[in-house]
Amino acid sequence: MSRLEAYEPFVGRGTLDELRLLSEQLQGRRIVTVNSTAVGGGVAEILSRLVPLSRELGIDIRWEVIKGGEDFFAVTKRIHNALHGKVEGFGDHDREIFRETTRNNLATVDLDADVVFIHDPQPVGLIEARRPDSAHWLWRCHIDVSQPQSDVWAFLAEYVTRYDATVFSAPQFARDLPCPQVMIAPSIDPLSDKNRELSETEIDQVLDRLHIPRDKPIVTQVSRFDRLKDPVGVVGAFRLVQPHHDCRLVLAGGGATDDPEGAEVLRTVHEAAAGDPDIHVLELPPTANIEINAIQRASTVVLQKSLKEGFGLTVSEALWKGKPVVAGAVGGIPLQITHRYSGILTHTVEGTAFWIKQLLTAPDYARRLGENGREHVRTNFLLTRHLREYLLLFLFLGRTDQRVIRLR
Amino acid sequence: MQAMDISAAQAFQFHTSLNLTLLTNRRARDLAELLEHLRAVPGSVIYYHTHHFLVQHQYLSPEPPNDFAYWVTNVLQEDRLGEELAAIDLITFHTIRALRERIVGVIERFLDARRQLRTAPDGEEFHFREAVSFIVPTTLEARDLSEFADGLERIGFGSLSFHVFDARLRLEKGANDFSEWLATMLGERILAQEIARLDPYTYTLDGLRAAMVRLVRRRLQERAR
Repeated sequence: MSRLEAYEPFVGRGTLDELRLLSEQLQGRRIVTVNSTAVGGGVAEILSRLVPLSRELGIDIRWEVIKGGEDFFAVTKRIHNALHGKVEGFGDHDREIFRETTRNNLATVDLDADVVFIHDPQPVGLIEARRPDSAHWLWRCHIDVSQPQSDVWAFLAEYVTRYDATVFSAPQFARDLPCPQVMIAPSIDPLSDKNRELSETEIDQVLDRLHIPRDKPIVTQVSRFDRLKDPVGVVGAFRLVQPHHDCRLVLAGGGATDDPEGAEVLRTVHEAAAGDPDIHVLELPPTANIEINAIQRASTVVLQKSLKEGFGLTVSEALWKGKPVVAGAVGGIPLQITHRYSGILTHTVEGTAFWIKQLLTAPDYARRLGENGREHVRTNFLLTRHLREYLLLFLFLGRTDQRVIRLR
Repeated sequence: MQAMDISAAQAFQFHTSLNLTLLTNRRARDLAELLEHLRAVPGSVIYYHTHHFLVQHQYLSPEPPNDFAYWVTNVLQEDRLGEELAAIDLITFHTIRALRERIVGVIERFLDARRQLRTAPDGEEFHFREAVSFIVPTTLEARDLSEFADGLERIGFGSLSFHVFDARLRLEKGANDFSEWLATMLGERILAQEIARLDPYTYTLDGLRAAMVRLVRRRLQERAR
């Protein structure tokens, strides 16, 4: 069976036919997609699935990764935080580090293509390579930029405004830009190790290996150790639940090569956990996909208590596994959860604790939330929908003034 | 049964419509702002907010497929106006322009009797979006009723949505494409009317497809007797 056909049981034959039709329209166009890391983080994960699938459809697509030193990634981490609204210093020296790394990459990254598709702020400066009447350039922003720090956004906007179109994950991220802004949500892959079905035996084996007993309900948050994911707030909510329910908390997260702040956050999480044997703080490598899958499947309730989110794809991962999810009502999370129908949206540590208790007490209601959530993900957040929208995006270039486009 | 099928002079070519969503950077915090934008936005914005719900929230049907009603009810908590907006019967409109006028009219009447406006909490503003529709011919076509039934069973939701919703409202053809072809090319006027009578806004797309296939299969059985 081809890679594409393996999706038919999840999305139906018609969806795959649509992908084939669109791919035929793109024959002969060369596409290069560029980001800042080959592993770790949601962007690399999605590209590692989308690029091979696109090739199977006959799309001529390459994936390039920019290189940068620790100083560059420290600057881009601060840019990331500042775009999320956290106050960060951003001076001339930072700008120069960013520009210098951009110049180095301009000299080495092969951007010869008909469509250049850039992801996130790190490689945004590659637009400097653009020549008049050359390729179409797209900038895909995976970050919540609804309330960015103004000087940092102004710096990026000098680059962003030169693109043909931009892509954001949620409606509230739209900016005042001269080019079209397309909304494309990210997605999960139902066939990846992180999301495929696992047997109970496989789940047991993984949890045994990670020393997490399945003797009581497990409440889990899977995400990078990042302040914006509020892992300390998760521990706080769990502390409020503990007097009423005997349960375990699993905080599982990996690092990413462009995230130097993770170690410091991890230290504060360990401090908050204070050696409690029911709190399991797991540092997982970027390759720990089956482990994450098993932890989510073993969980009774899954949390994503983010303070800011680009999208919060772990929500869709957990919903796809039929789990009730309690998540912060930020970024793209409300697109994935309709409150009290396909999950729970909260704003505070106390509210998160309240709903964890409710779901632990009412398993039938929790199960219904999970079932509705899984159907919502099937329609809107699987890889095939994501790929279809990228193909449409490529076809949109060159006719961005049209709203009904007839393809032959 | 196959032998009894009448071939159409012109085959039915199944098309599909696949949508890309654009962000407009227009947002409304209260009804006055909502109204101001509703008057100014392109028709493709009105189309998006009255139709995307059908494809994106399959399992919620028969909830109203209308974002304005949803926001007014759930965010502004203006239940009465929300109900009036949800009750706008989309099947009775043949143009986006007429649909926009009705939505605007309902909100205007409400505002005429109101002094105080409720404001959406931070982060829950109404964000206007826009649909770009790509219309693509599929490889499926039908020359008779039997092939038509097979095609209906196979097509994706984008195709169903195109022939039912886009054809009527966005391309202003007046009827859904299926009924038009069945009546004019196969002389199946009664079947065409039966399909046209289905209110597609009250079904999930899967449910709509099943209802149509049932009607076509029943007609095939009648002809086989």
